[in-house]
Amino acid sequence: MSLADARAHVPELIAVPHDPVADHAWIDRLALGCHRYTPLVALDAPDGLILDIAGAAHLFDDEAGLIDDAETRLSRLGMTVRHAAGPTADAARALARYQSRPAPDEVQAVRRLPVAALELEPEATTALIRAGLKTIGDLASRPMANIAARFGGDATTALRRILGDAPSPLDPRIAPFPIMAERRFAEPLGSTAHATKVLAELIAETGEDMLERGKGGRHFRATFFRSDGLARSIDVETGHATRDTGLVMRLFAERMDGLADPLDPGFGFDMIRLAVPRLDRLGATQLRLEGGEARASDRGAAMDELVDRMTIRLGRKRVRRLHAESTHIPEQAQLALPALDAPPPQPWTMPDPGEPPTRPFHLFDPPQPIEVIAEVPDGPPHQFRWRRATHAVRRYEGPERIAPEWWRRRDNGGLTRDYYRVEDVQGRRFWLFRHGLYDEKPDPRWYIHGVFA
Amino acid sequence: MRESSSPLAGLRKQIARLAADGGPASRPAEGRLASGHAGFDAAIGGGLMTGKAHEFFAADALDGTCAAAFAALLALRTPGKAPLIWLRTADAANRTGHIYAPGIAELGGDPDRLLLVETPDPRMLLACANDAIRCAGSAAVIVESWGKFPLLDLTAGRRLVLGARDAGTTLLMLRLNAAPTPSVAETRWSVAPAASHMLAADAPGAPAFDLELLRWRAGPAGGRWRLDWNHDDKSFGHRLGETPLPGPLLSLPARRTLPAHGAAAA
Repeated sequence: MSLADARAHVPELIAVPHDPVADHAWIDRLALGCHRYTPLVALDAPDGLILDIAGAAHLFDDEAGLIDDAETRLSRLGMTVRHAAGPTADAARALARYQSRPAPDEVQAVRRLPVAALELEPEATTALIRAGLKTIGDLASRPMANIAARFGGDATTALRRILGDAPSPLDPRIAPFPIMAERRFAEPLGSTAHATKVLAELIAETGEDMLERGKGGRHFRATFFRSDGLARSIDVETGHATRDTGLVMRLFAERMDGLADPLDPGFGFDMIRLAVPRLDRLGATQLRLEGGEARASDRGAAMDELVDRMTIRLGRKRVRRLHAESTHIPEQAQLALPALDAPPPQPWTMPDPGEPPTRPFHLFDPPQPIEVIAEVPDGPPHQFRWRRATHAVRRYEGPERIAPEWWRRRDNGGLTRDYYRVEDVQGRRFWLFRHGLYDEKPDPRWYIHGVFA
Repeated sequence: MRESSSPLAGLRKQIARLAADGGPASRPAEGRLASGHAGFDAAIGGGLMTGKAHEFFAADALDGTCAAAFAALLALRTPGKAPLIWLRTADAANRTGHIYAPGIAELGGDPDRLLLVETPDPRMLLACANDAIRCAGSAAVIVESWGKFPLLDLTAGRRLVLGARDAGTTLLMLRLNAAPTPSVAETRWSVAPAASHMLAADAPGAPAFDLELLRWRAGPAGGRWRLDWNHDDKSFGHRLGETPLPGPLLSLPARRTLPAHGAAAA
């Protein structure tokens, strides 16, 4: 039926464009909220969630209590929920999606499911029904070999999974973390200040756990579950493994201050969870002679904390260290990498004694075009114009010819560059190059690539 | 009882003091950033004082590299591995160019000591500068700004200076394309490039700087120096390839005024 037809039948129809991305974002938010029930939550795209509640149901008295709680919360968010519990993930999924008739127990319920629950090709499903095999139970009573011969291996696998004879592994949305601590509240916490206090306790708790294992956290994730079923995760990362509650709390405070949309308790948080997704080795610290922790590395620690704080405030790509790359293409000879988890430093090219520097202090990337007057076409520049100012060249050295990396690129790497180190009459030193030799290109352009000290 | 415990208490106090400042090795050398140029250092009492703020003005927009290099070299001259924190706004790379580590390595500095921080705007630059300056253990904090920088008023400057004093860090303010305004800095310099000493075949030589002391809180201003960087002995003492004088053959005046370089001379 077309939209026009539908509107003719039902004039008050509300039509909304299909937005799969927004749908996915919403189901993902719901999934985050469902982490309150179990750490193992899998997305069943596009409209389902699978929760592994083995060993988690007792927190809500029993399975029925947990399901009731989930249904209440989700319906409060305007969701209509079809739910089912089953012995395996695939069985539960099939029950939730295809169950139409009540059954005395789970086994019977599964056997009464229609064969469509196998989700085979439409032709295969039709063929099964034509053959008189209308339910899973009908199919299960046949020899597996016959089904495999007629409908392929997929049909038997799907059947065995639903019946629980074959494992149906879950692909959790977030892999469960080895170290986690959580607090549930009978009465929701209405203020963010209280929530941060609880967070500090949780950090101290995970700190003790990590101390026992000789580990420290590199990444902390706090998840605040609101009583209306939604949740919000906040992450902080550190450059070095840490168990220091004060430090992690300062980082969280920094992060929360910088949030574009602040943490909103709504009707209150009823659960807060702290997970440590990334761990590193961290031994115990030696105590000082008169008590308290050793302070020999205080300055290094202060610097690390500064890097962490700035990274949280500005983002990973804004706090960087420079790394050497082994190439002679000037703009690729350095890499600016996040200081938070920078690799060990590589050695730099050391200067030749007695020689002036051949590389500039500041580099333009991309190089900026200039207009050059040279005495002879492939000779050194005599005068050049850059940023609306003319510079008369008094001294020069060059060319330093840098060939392209022909082994890396299909077009032989582009053009050869002739670099000149020039000094103008005012004593400013520049790094200019002609992009292309005269036999490579008829009228090569000139660029300024850097400025020397 | 008293007699036996007091030497113990004294020792404890001594240990606490040693532990508090990290031992003698970590203390900055005499609290000065020296250039290695005898005349220059002597004229300002041994170098730029640590725990203070110093301003470097580049009169012309094109001289920004020169001022930046001078400040960086002064900080990277200090021995050890203490990081040099360099704060700039994100648009600085388009104006003065990216800080180029191979160039710094060729000048004899260690680029691994650099910690680059780019901020989205000048307000954040100031906030991060306040944080960085309060973090002890850096060789220096360079704050690079472009243009007038009205946010850096006397109050903001005073806050930075107090932070530097408490943590014992040194603040090097790079004021590119800006004219000097009243500030709380200890010294204020105008930096411009000087014509280098020519090498064979008319090639440009090692970096040369033309420095003018515009203001000095602890003494008279107005000196002008020409400093040549020598990356072999990492100092501004004497220029590259020139052997130092064997003894005190020439008496160098404490402060000398060179004739104008650059445009005026040309």
